[in-house]
Amino acid sequence: MANTKFTYTEKKDTRSGFGDGLLEAAKKNDQIVGLCADLIGSLKMGAFQKEFPSRFFQTGIAEANMMGIAAGMTIGGKIPYTGTFANFSTGRVYDQIRQSIAYSEKNVKICASHAGLTLGEDGATHQILEDIGMMRMLPHMTVINPCDYNQTKAATMAIADHVGPVYLRFGRPVVPIFTDPNQKFEIGKAITMIEGTDVTIFATGHLVWEAVEAEAILREKGISVELINIHTIKPLDEEAILKSVAKTKCVVTAEEHQRNGGLGDAVAQVLSQNQPAPQEYIAVNDQFGESGKPAELMVKYGLDAKNIVAAVEKVIKRK
Amino acid sequence: MASQANIQELEKIASQVRRDILRMVHEVQSGHPGGSLGCTDYFVALYFHILKHKPQFNMNGEGEDLFFLSNGHISPVWYSTLARSGYFEPKELSTFRKIDSRLQGHPTPEEALPGIRIASGSLGQGLSVSIGAAQTKKLNGDNSMVYTLMGDGELQEGQIWEAAMYAPHHKIDNLIATVDFNGQQIDGSTEQVMSLRDLRAKWQAFGWEVIESNGNDMSEIVKALEHAKSLTGKGKPVINIMKTEMGAGVDFMMGSHKWHGVAPNDEQLTEALSQLEETLGDY
Repeated sequence: MANTKFTYTEKKDTRSGFGDGLLEAAKKNDQIVGLCADLIGSLKMGAFQKEFPSRFFQTGIAEANMMGIAAGMTIGGKIPYTGTFANFSTGRVYDQIRQSIAYSEKNVKICASHAGLTLGEDGATHQILEDIGMMRMLPHMTVINPCDYNQTKAATMAIADHVGPVYLRFGRPVVPIFTDPNQKFEIGKAITMIEGTDVTIFATGHLVWEAVEAEAILREKGISVELINIHTIKPLDEEAILKSVAKTKCVVTAEEHQRNGGLGDAVAQVLSQNQPAPQEYIAVNDQFGESGKPAELMVKYGLDAKNIVAAVEKVIKRK
Repeated sequence: MASQANIQELEKIASQVRRDILRMVHEVQSGHPGGSLGCTDYFVALYFHILKHKPQFNMNGEGEDLFFLSNGHISPVWYSTLARSGYFEPKELSTFRKIDSRLQGHPTPEEALPGIRIASGSLGQGLSVSIGAAQTKKLNGDNSMVYTLMGDGELQEGQIWEAAMYAPHHKIDNLIATVDFNGQQIDGSTEQVMSLRDLRAKWQAFGWEVIESNGNDMSEIVKALEHAKSLTGKGKPVINIMKTEMGAGVDFMMGSHKWHGVAPNDEQLTEALSQLEETLGDY
């Protein structure tokens, strides 16, 4: 790969960032409890369970009940972290989240692994690509999609101090660790990773690394890219978005999600109301996924660095 | 134990609550009088005799018994009971289902109405919430109890049975759930719509301590809830299958599902109120 502005020495799954962050947060805050629907290993909740057995609750394969239990547990001051796959954390339990958690303003942390195409071989039944949209539509809900192990760990710890429902989305595959291990995670605060002048890429989750690689390719072609990591999709850092686009005048959004309802739409909403700018979407185009290796799927569905490069070249021409 | 004088006192309160329900629903020509009237004796027994609670409402409810209503559509009986037991002024009942009211069609904490800790209306969720609240009480070393009410038609929701399986597994023995067993739902009798079969056997098979009661006799419902309480703390959740009559207290509303979600007209209201003594003063 070309000369990227960020480098890494290790790859790790973001779900491990969640597991390690949960353990550390729970050591600091004794109100934190964990619930899991028969996926302790997949969610990396084993260390928490071992360290705090009386604060861990196995719900069995019953996610609707898990969301209700979590909502009830907040009454009396507990801070429940629920753990299951992103599909079963959202679509399967939308009404439970809507009524018992969001509308009821309960302090539940919905922690969702295996989001998106990079779940890989299990295929479309489990590859949810609509979860960000569903969750950001709910009033009172905060939606966070961190980009690597370090950021996921920091986010997992930060949400304990935020009072209110949170959807925390992360993934299955190992990906580069390229953010600061000691970072302070500020909910709702976008991070400018790379400054530039020709185009702004707003990326979230696994797509932030793809955008880092795309920037290196584009730099060699003489294109100056501003890369902004939108780890919090709701509340969206509108100020950072408008400030950057005032300078670059065009936008590419990149996410491992449907183009309907995700980060791209959230950014478009802000721009259309304030300072309209040409925008290209890197997202899945109204399709279900399929079985395959994560990297193969990212290429096939157009979510890799190469597609980001093409989208940037296209959007700059539209300025 | 409740004395005969206590029971008569509770019956007087129940008569006023029934008047409140009818007047609330009549005023906005919407709401659910049938199930509300059927559960009035339970609510009055609970709030005026069984619950150890503080009308100075606190969301976390530490050191007090909690109640959760799962079948939120019978909000009129809950709102009236809360008002009559001091959570808010009874005159606020006149705002039921109107714009800018804290008394939403279905209960919600979003409007900060004292006494409401979770939203309900979409059925099947309250038992899970109650179990979670009961677990937090245990974690906090709080010995008070959690009560919840759900409808019998509501037992057709799958989440109920997820919760039914969870509570005995986790030995939730500070919880008394009640089923409003009136045998009616919107499209007809539960027998016709989706038979519940043997409810006692079902709950027993899931590991619950099961009692049965008559929910429209104040003396019996008080006894049943006291009995239920004596069964707590023994490693099992308790469920009270409470037989009620939809529309109880108003002769022409009883024995049918017709009054599930239908408001009385002016004439019907006058006729219904003539059957119920005004004991605490109408709001």
